[in-house]
Amino acid sequence: MSENGYLTIDEHKVVPAPGATIFEVARDSGIDIPHLCYDPELCLPSSSSCRLCLVEVDGAKAPVASCSHPAAPGMVIHTQTEELVEMRRMLLDLLLSDHKMDCLTCEKSGGCALQEHAYELGVEEPQLKGERVTCEPVRDGPSIIFDRAKCILCARCVDVCHDVEVTGAIDFVGRGFETSIGLPPGVSRKDSVCTECGNCIDVCPTEAMSAAPSEGQGRSWDTEKVSTICPYCGCGCKINLNIRKNQIVEVTGEPGLGISNGLLCVKGRFGIEFVNHKDRLKQPLIRRNGELETASWDEALSLVADRLSQIKEQSGPDAIAGLASAKCTNEENYVMQKFMRAVVGTNNVDHCARLCHASTVAGLARAFGSGAMTNAIDDFEKTDAIFVIGSNTTECHPIIGGAIKRAVHHRNVPMIVADPRAIELTRIAELHLQHRSGTDVALINGLMHVILKEGLEDKDFIAGRTEGFEELRKTVEPYTPDVASKITRVPADDIVRAARIFASAPAGSIVYSMGITQHTTGTNNVLSLANLSMLTGNVGKPGAGVNPLRGQNNVQGACDLGALPNVYTGYQRVDDEEVQAKFEAAWGVPLSPELGLTVVEMLNAAADRKVKAMYIMGENPMLSDPDVTHVEVGLRALDFLVVQDIFLSETGQLADVVLPAQSFAEKDGSFTNTERRVQLLQEAIKPPGEARVDWEIFCEIADRMGHEMSYPNSSAIMDEMATVTPIYGGMSFERLRDDTLQWPCPDRDHPGTPYLHKDKFTRGLGKFHPVEFMPTHELPDDDYPFVLTTGRILEHFHTGTMTRRSQVLDGIVPEGEIETHPSDAEKLGLGDGEAVKVSSRRGQIQIAAKVTERVAPGTVFLAFHYWEAPANRLTVAALDPIAKIPVYKVCAVNLEKA
Amino acid sequence: MERFGSVISFREWQSQLKAALDPDRKEVTICGGTGCVAFGSPDVQKAFQEELEVSGLTEKVSVKRTGCHGFCEKGPVVIIRPEKVFYPNVKGKDVTEIIAETVLKGEAVDRLAYVDPGSDRKIFLDNEVPFYAKQQRSVFRLNGVLDPLDLKDYVARDGYAAATKALADMSPEQIIDEVREAGLRGRGGAGFPTGVKWGFCRKAPGDEKYLICNADEGDPGAFMDRSLLEGTPHAILEGMLIGAYAIGASHGAIYVRAEYPMAVRHTQIALQQAREAGLLGENILGTGFEFDVVIYKGAGAFVCGEETALIASLEGQRGMPRPRPPFPATNGYSGKPTNINNVETLANIPLIILKGKDWYKAIGTEGSKGTKIFALAGKVNNTGLVEVPMGATLRHIVEDVGGGVPEGRSFKAAQMGGPSGGCVPAKYLDLPIDYDSLQQVGAIMGSGGLIVLDDSTCVVNLARFFTDFVQKESCGKCTPCRVGTRRMLEILTRITEGEGQEGDIEKLEKLGEMIKCTSLCGLGQTGPNPVLSTIRYFRNEYEAHINENACPAGVCKALISYRILEEECEGCGACLRACPAEAITGGKREIHVIDQNKCIQCGICMEHCNFEGVIVE
Repeated sequence: MSENGYLTIDEHKVVPAPGATIFEVARDSGIDIPHLCYDPELCLPSSSSCRLCLVEVDGAKAPVASCSHPAAPGMVIHTQTEELVEMRRMLLDLLLSDHKMDCLTCEKSGGCALQEHAYELGVEEPQLKGERVTCEPVRDGPSIIFDRAKCILCARCVDVCHDVEVTGAIDFVGRGFETSIGLPPGVSRKDSVCTECGNCIDVCPTEAMSAAPSEGQGRSWDTEKVSTICPYCGCGCKINLNIRKNQIVEVTGEPGLGISNGLLCVKGRFGIEFVNHKDRLKQPLIRRNGELETASWDEALSLVADRLSQIKEQSGPDAIAGLASAKCTNEENYVMQKFMRAVVGTNNVDHCARLCHASTVAGLARAFGSGAMTNAIDDFEKTDAIFVIGSNTTECHPIIGGAIKRAVHHRNVPMIVADPRAIELTRIAELHLQHRSGTDVALINGLMHVILKEGLEDKDFIAGRTEGFEELRKTVEPYTPDVASKITRVPADDIVRAARIFASAPAGSIVYSMGITQHTTGTNNVLSLANLSMLTGNVGKPGAGVNPLRGQNNVQGACDLGALPNVYTGYQRVDDEEVQAKFEAAWGVPLSPELGLTVVEMLNAAADRKVKAMYIMGENPMLSDPDVTHVEVGLRALDFLVVQDIFLSETGQLADVVLPAQSFAEKDGSFTNTERRVQLLQEAIKPPGEARVDWEIFCEIADRMGHEMSYPNSSAIMDEMATVTPIYGGMSFERLRDDTLQWPCPDRDHPGTPYLHKDKFTRGLGKFHPVEFMPTHELPDDDYPFVLTTGRILEHFHTGTMTRRSQVLDGIVPEGEIETHPSDAEKLGLGDGEAVKVSSRRGQIQIAAKVTERVAPGTVFLAFHYWEAPANRLTVAALDPIAKIPVYKVCAVNLEKA
Repeated sequence: MERFGSVISFREWQSQLKAALDPDRKEVTICGGTGCVAFGSPDVQKAFQEELEVSGLTEKVSVKRTGCHGFCEKGPVVIIRPEKVFYPNVKGKDVTEIIAETVLKGEAVDRLAYVDPGSDRKIFLDNEVPFYAKQQRSVFRLNGVLDPLDLKDYVARDGYAAATKALADMSPEQIIDEVREAGLRGRGGAGFPTGVKWGFCRKAPGDEKYLICNADEGDPGAFMDRSLLEGTPHAILEGMLIGAYAIGASHGAIYVRAEYPMAVRHTQIALQQAREAGLLGENILGTGFEFDVVIYKGAGAFVCGEETALIASLEGQRGMPRPRPPFPATNGYSGKPTNINNVETLANIPLIILKGKDWYKAIGTEGSKGTKIFALAGKVNNTGLVEVPMGATLRHIVEDVGGGVPEGRSFKAAQMGGPSGGCVPAKYLDLPIDYDSLQQVGAIMGSGGLIVLDDSTCVVNLARFFTDFVQKESCGKCTPCRVGTRRMLEILTRITEGEGQEGDIEKLEKLGEMIKCTSLCGLGQTGPNPVLSTIRYFRNEYEAHINENACPAGVCKALISYRILEEECEGCGACLRACPAEAITGGKREIHVIDQNKCIQCGICMEHCNFEGVIVE
């Protein structure tokens, strides 16, 4: 043992970091050791199976695998002796002797680690020729091809599937020379737990795992890689678009990339086909004689400007309403709301956040002073307990779902899942509380009752950081486990156990989503969670917090940038005189202090002829909004409807003017993900036809309406945003090019804020808002005996405009299904896959039944992605009185065998 | 069963049981090991019971089913006590006579006597049968004596006395020192000092520790672990209990092959008995120590005998080895400190604790102490389980215990240590066998497989057989083992098929050394041993295959031909009728001829020839 802590590696003398492997020491010393099975970026223990990284350590009996062998002071290590090089050559020789040598036509050529090592070590032709495992590539699904003939069995795919994704769909199968990678024997791809995330493809060093749609689309030197942000959910993963001839031929992740550390989900990887889809809008359309016909930009823009000016003049600015878009950039949303407020002169601007997290914004703002996810995604690495309620995380936010699964799998973090359905997370949960839809407040009050009764509350936190505790104590007093159990149907013992688990964790994280927000009591539900979090002292520290998961790539940003009828950017109220004065000065026009209309209110007002024109950017209320029959009535009643989108959506088909916009891949700008992280997009390809970037279109119309609005680029828009938006005050493209920033970031030197409310809540003291349980709006009765709850599935997104144009995604799940419990199916005489008529007081659809125990008896579940069977023909537009969010999660329906 | 709340009450019980043992009691013991059961020992046992009942002798004479005696080829084995009259191959119809003559009159039944193959001498007494007499049975001492399903029988013979001594009178450190100084080395193959291994696990930080008994006996032909679990399951549990106390483990597991149903059942029963008696579970014998054991049935992968693969399998993963370090002692089952010992190793523990390190280390050689059980098989007269002191010579095992090579053939070599071991040639017949000497000659102790080869064995073919086994059992994880052993097999197959090439031997050597040096686990690191050791000692045979297209042992079909000697052939037609390929022609009383194009080299003609008129060339 060396007395000074050094080791010697080749000619370097190094002090190894504690726990470092020999490989890491070598890498830090600039020494390259060949390796195939080990991927340092994956941050997983190596399988040490390829043996290429063997090194000699003086005194050791045999060479050791540097990727897993710990470095220790005193070691004398040789990484490149003649014997080692010869050994590595032989190992490569062996690998190549069982490898399909088709480098000339192999898709991976140029990006293949095996090829690279063969080149470096000069192994041209295997000397140890022998039998090869010859079998045809496995093509058992639309997404992934597995070719054993090119597999080196490095186990990276298995490791990523088991230990990173925590899915465990694939493993080694067979023994000896014929060992392969595959699904468990007897399991078909359809029955497999594989989520088709394809992360196995990214970690594969050869062409053994590959993306089916990218076959024949070019090799590494043919394509250009552009890193940008995924356009799907609020996770905000970085994705690499691989571009060839202005086409996105493949989407890849790479270890270490972005917030997901390079992991992608099935949508991020296989759902980008829509960008190059033939259905993309390429020219403006104008309705002439009842038909939409192509028109020039000038004609279309002038028409929009003229009609809007006319209606504003005739009926006042509040007769015009606009929907911004959670799919568009921060800059576009900023310009859109500025257009509505400064040019049109109304606060009638809202967007789909109203339909998903309006209750979060309202509830958390009341309790904490700020309505966003309090903590960061990587906080799941620090949490000690997780309470997931009303979030089907693994399907709707797969990357965060993965982070949660890793916490449970690797660190045994106890997780409580409260959900009316037996979602995937319940399989690894310590406890599944299967409460009835719409009884969240009773459940949470029950938990708080137990915590208080057993003295598990955080007394210091309550005393020092909060107000209103006594009222809360009084309110939850009657919610004994038995009372809560009666309302929720969760066993009383489970309520007690859950309360103890959560309250006794040093840092407990609450995760929720639409199962909490989309209720007539949505705001109350959110307030309840805020209460629970404060009661247990779980706000303002790492690994804890109240964490609403936002559903769209930029729904956080659209809210932040003022696409809401009551606030300007950064949640500055329109009815606050000081704020109004500030924006009037900044924008150089007088502004309205009147609160605008929310989404559902706009459409009601349209039906009532109070709103006469609407400008819809990138939204599709004809599928996404509740009670779509009524939505259609409203839209058809309008005098003028402009829809600006990338496809001609169901809503666009009703428009007077349709303007072709650019997709995320064609523009720059920024998105803000669910954890308040602002990230830059990168322009990757040229837009189709004449499609234009959204903000430019608004500037053009503004000009035509007599209000000059122009920016040289999106960066300049962000600069303007920063001056009027304190939480974005320190942001600029320049800073974001190298880094990402979590708001609040008030000035240029501020590093951003990973978790909110440290030491002090945004509103000063956290405020308990005691809430009583209230039954939901529409309960089942004799005519409509089932509770319908709606949501998303993993493979599709929102109204399907993007995902249903992906061959892979639509190939995996081509049509909708209604989840029905076997006992209900039996009563209805309904078999799995058989058609069923579903009706509510609003309408009726027909769809196939999926008989499954995922739902409780008496409850059915529908995803809302399908135009053929629109779930929102059934839902009810009843609203939460505070947040005005509709109750998508509960309505009464009837089922009849079709 | 009373649950004993203290060491004192247990010891009182033990004294009572000991006092009640009657050395002169008439007893028929019938081997109930898997081998004898296959030969029909349950029927024999039933016949004894019925006969004794009919004769009204059940009070006077007891019938006991014991564990394996080790002499399985002679099953069912019956011993009549107290005289210890030994009868091999007993059938139900022999029972009446045995009772009448031996049990009642104390006289031997001549026709049932064991005939020593070496001397053709009839032998009647168990301890005079050379197969037993030349062994030194200490680990195995109770195997043919005890009723494996009777805790009392074990306790009466000092069972759990070592455990009570350890728990009541020794500190964990003292136990570890005792085992270390006794010089016990792991019987599973690698021969790592058991006391040192325990010490590592004891010192590893962590409150939750595991002790696992590795009963995944995978070497073809080896079955000592099975026999120990079947015959003396409590001895293994006692060893585990002592080990668990020494390292501070409260969780135990036995990982046993599912193909060992009797071992599993006996162990399950023993576990239940030990729990009921307070020898397992919470607060064992009132000492406050807690330890319990679960049984896990493995699915029969050879590699799962490797420690890290075994742990992976226990965790519910596919049984594949993991890189070491980290070692199981610090990072084993579920990441917790874990100690794994083989069955035979654990069976040694009670002996060491009870009789002391000095007694123990007096047996064996400088570097290897105690006895070792070998599974003797192959071209030898007596096959079965053989326990001899470390340092016994190969000659002692093969000739004295095994009765030599049959049919006048000569000893060529012994394949020691199973597929991971190596071939030890005749020149080492007098080599004292221990861990280190075997290593030096290119073999390993392994789990104690010992296959005797005579001069009719082709070593190339033998090496091919073991290489085939290894490459099939490779878990497929690391490159050298998965692909390398397959390439070796291909070369060997080529050689045995007469298509060997110049340079093949060197290729095998180079590849073999590389696989040993670079493989992830013990399977690959030892897999080339059979090939390398046969090349080392019988290179000329390899050369003959390649250069002269000849198999000196006359085994490799592609390299041999059968010929009928004209001068010996009487034209009897025996070969012609027996030939399955219709390759032989010749009329009555005429000289027969083999058509080489039709001949499939099966050798049946040679077996059927009445005049030694068929030869191999």
